Amino acid sequence: MADDYTAIHVHKKVQSITFQSFSPKMIKKIAVAKVVTPELYDKEGYPVDGGLMDIRLGVIDPGLNCKTCGSRLKECQGHFGYIELARPVIHINFVAHILAALRTTCRECGRLLLKQAKINKLLEELKQTEKEDGLDAKRAKIKAIITSARNTTSCPHCKTRQQKITLEKPTTFLENEKRVNPIEIRSRLEKIPDEDISLIGLESEFIRPEWMILTVMLIPPVTMRPSITLETGERSEDDLTHKLGDIVRINQRLFENINAGAPEIIVEDLWDLLQYHVTTFFDNAVAQLPPARHRSGQPLKTISERLKSKEGRIRHNLAGKRTNFSSRTVISPDPRIGMNEVGVPKIVAQKITIPETVTKWNMDYIKEFIERGAENYPGSNYIIRPDGKRKRITDETKEQLLEELQPGYVVERHLMDGDVAIFNRQPSLHKMSMMCHRVKVLPGRTFRINPAVCHPYNADFDGDEMNLHVPQTEEARAEAEILMEVQTQIISPRYGLSVIGCIQDAISGNYVLTKFIDLPRKEAAELLYSAGIDDFSKLGTKKILNGREIFSSILPEDLDFEGKAKDGTPVVIKKGKLVEGVIDDNAFGSEKALLFRRIHKKYGKDFTLKLMEQVSLLGIETLLKYGLSSGLSDIDMPKEATEKIEETLTKAKQATEDLIKQFRDGELEILPGRSMEETLELKIMEVLNKARNETGNIAQEYAKVSATTIMARSGARGGPLNMAQMAACVGQQAMRGKRIGKGYKGRTLSCFKEKDLSAEARGFVENSFKKGLTPAEFFFGSITGRDSLMDTALRTPKSGYLYRRLANAMQDLKVEYDGTIRDSAKKVVQFKYGEDGIDVSRSENGTINIKQIIQDVVEG
Amino acid sequence: MKVDPKIINHVLMPKHEKLSDRQKQEILKTYNITEGQLPKIKIKDAGLMGLDVKRGDVIRITRKTRTAGTSYFYRVVTDV
Repeated sequence: MADDYTAIHVHKKVQSITFQSFSPKMIKKIAVAKVVTPELYDKEGYPVDGGLMDIRLGVIDPGLNCKTCGSRLKECQGHFGYIELARPVIHINFVAHILAALRTTCRECGRLLLKQAKINKLLEELKQTEKEDGLDAKRAKIKAIITSARNTTSCPHCKTRQQKITLEKPTTFLENEKRVNPIEIRSRLEKIPDEDISLIGLESEFIRPEWMILTVMLIPPVTMRPSITLETGERSEDDLTHKLGDIVRINQRLFENINAGAPEIIVEDLWDLLQYHVTTFFDNAVAQLPPARHRSGQPLKTISERLKSKEGRIRHNLAGKRTNFSSRTVISPDPRIGMNEVGVPKIVAQKITIPETVTKWNMDYIKEFIERGAENYPGSNYIIRPDGKRKRITDETKEQLLEELQPGYVVERHLMDGDVAIFNRQPSLHKMSMMCHRVKVLPGRTFRINPAVCHPYNADFDGDEMNLHVPQTEEARAEAEILMEVQTQIISPRYGLSVIGCIQDAISGNYVLTKFIDLPRKEAAELLYSAGIDDFSKLGTKKILNGREIFSSILPEDLDFEGKAKDGTPVVIKKGKLVEGVIDDNAFGSEKALLFRRIHKKYGKDFTLKLMEQVSLLGIETLLKYGLSSGLSDIDMPKEATEKIEETLTKAKQATEDLIKQFRDGELEILPGRSMEETLELKIMEVLNKARNETGNIAQEYAKVSATTIMARSGARGGPLNMAQMAACVGQQAMRGKRIGKGYKGRTLSCFKEKDLSAEARGFVENSFKKGLTPAEFFFGSITGRDSLMDTALRTPKSGYLYRRLANAMQDLKVEYDGTIRDSAKKVVQFKYGEDGIDVSRSENGTINIKQIIQDVVEG
Repeated sequence: MKVDPKIINHVLMPKHEKLSDRQKQEILKTYNITEGQLPKIKIKDAGLMGLDVKRGDVIRITRKTRTAGTSYFYRVVTDV
């Protein structure tokens, strides 16, 4: 089948590609013009014959015909020219090869510096390795041959003693500290026989070493370096043209000087200059050369710079793609739209369209879109006739277009509710960074997303922007729906738990509901209804319902679950009823929601998504109704607690003083592999951190139930650390992982004594945020703040590059049907995926719960 | 550089063993691969000390992994 398919569509198939270098002969053959003058235009502004803008090299002005091929602008791709160099120069990109060739061959007879028998043997061996072990092995072998040949002192063929050849970067070759000019080099390279060349890694059929030294040079066609006409009418030439102008000018001067019999020094100077210009023409970033610059001082962009790196031809133009039917704007949250929906502003919906083919069945439906036109909302912007002509729909053309509309026409209608769109936030680090959502057209100017999908996108609403793409064909839409829709991405293939889950108020809301609330049945029904649940059959007939019963009414009736809440207390669901425990982060949050994982496995992705939406709304509605406000009094501590905290801190400070005293007396026991100072620092840090944690525990112990503790305990926001910092003690401030020690000589601030190592002098903040910080403490806090800001600013690009390298290295590894991981050459990388063969996205947190499976089979 | 022969007994050193020709053919058959598609191991590799291997032999490495208990890995001996 597959073969039939390709047989029809593949007309020609690339079997192999050869890269080769131009010989002077070939250069002259493909060139259409010889460039002899650096002038570009004559007085009338017409290109000079034999100049760099010669009209034989192609057309860049509209209306003119190419002198070589006769075609017009854009049809003619341009033609190469050439210049005859007065003296040969070295091609910068081949310097390494030239050096290898010179070192491995005889300076007199040109033979490879190995015995004839060895040469014959190596030729055989090379063929063999290439066949058996591939090109990499062959290259390694060639490298070994080069090293062995260059260490020979006298030629085995003609017995000439060999001299030491070195390279003075970038392009000067020295033999015994004396300069060898390119003419001499070229004549030596010419003498190397074809056979010997293949032993140093060149194939004489495609490249001869002497071609690496240029005697004639190709001039790229003008189409590759077009000049731009400025508004003033002035012409501005391309960087390459400038560089070529330099080459031609110096070349002419060199010719004249040689012909006039100028002294050798002058000729050599000009020769070096020519070498410089040719070198920078190919690569303007050679380490040892000053880059050629514009008059304004910015470096010229020559051939290498055009191709290289991120803005180069490869990564920017070939690997970088651009797209139509896409949109980008700020995102904002909307908990009332579905998790697989995206709110699209109306102005965007009117710009982005979907092509709808007219058939006799949908004719009337489509006509309505045309009637409404481009200005009214569900309208249409363009009509495409079967011949491919696009017509814009305006008030004037509307009537006529309606009349001529018939099956086979395509109408580009506005985006409507329910259309599929791909939503993306950069950096797209995993597959959940691009998911397919259903469009929901809304007023306003921002994209709206359900806060539950923030986690996979790593989005927040502090000004984040996201991109929207609308697939234009049925195939693309089907693919997006099946492979990328939000519900298909609930379970992450990284750890086998949901990446999508309730966040923030949705979590604390459910916590409050299941822990504290009792409601009359009527109010419970109201609450459920406001969360979009209208099935109250599970609510029962009791007059007063507790939160767990209300919550249970949205669970399926045959659900059984046993798990643990965040604080370790059990959570039990029996036959769809929450009998015990509270619902918190552990049950429904992202990245750890075991309850969700269970539901997903049992009831499927669509049900899970719907349930998530309901749970999240229920939590939010609960909070809307009963409120959750935090305030300063949330973290009020009884006197007893404050005293305990103070006592702990005093003890810790005393302990630090003791350590310092031991250190001063030299009695401190040194930790293995550390110096005395390091030991002291480590010990002090340990003591102080322990003290802070202790105070935190005291604060936790005495904290009364408040909005702040509810948030922390449900896992919605904040943790024990934040609580401790607010209520008890902020703790040690660190810079680069150490206590703060910089600033003045031997002290951090002028209010401390020199060499003061005590806790408060080195950035220990003993006050709590509520109590307030002393000026010195506040300053230490700012140091940490700035340090962490710097750290993130430096780490982001570093990890980005690391990720890029990783992605490039692994991009075509694949799990084959036999469970092995293979690369594109079908070489085995791993014999079993992950060494255990588990598809993580079908596991629970990376493991298979066999007990559960057996239980399900036995019971179900 | 000389390697201490005792390194073979180190706890972090996974077990290396040479496969017989028959076992080797079996491996190639189960995975439906040629020798060139197997991962390689240098003949000079410290793990092969005292194993008397030649080019083309297949080595079975038994590793303890966190996820799967023990897992097998196969490498073919090369001299480059």
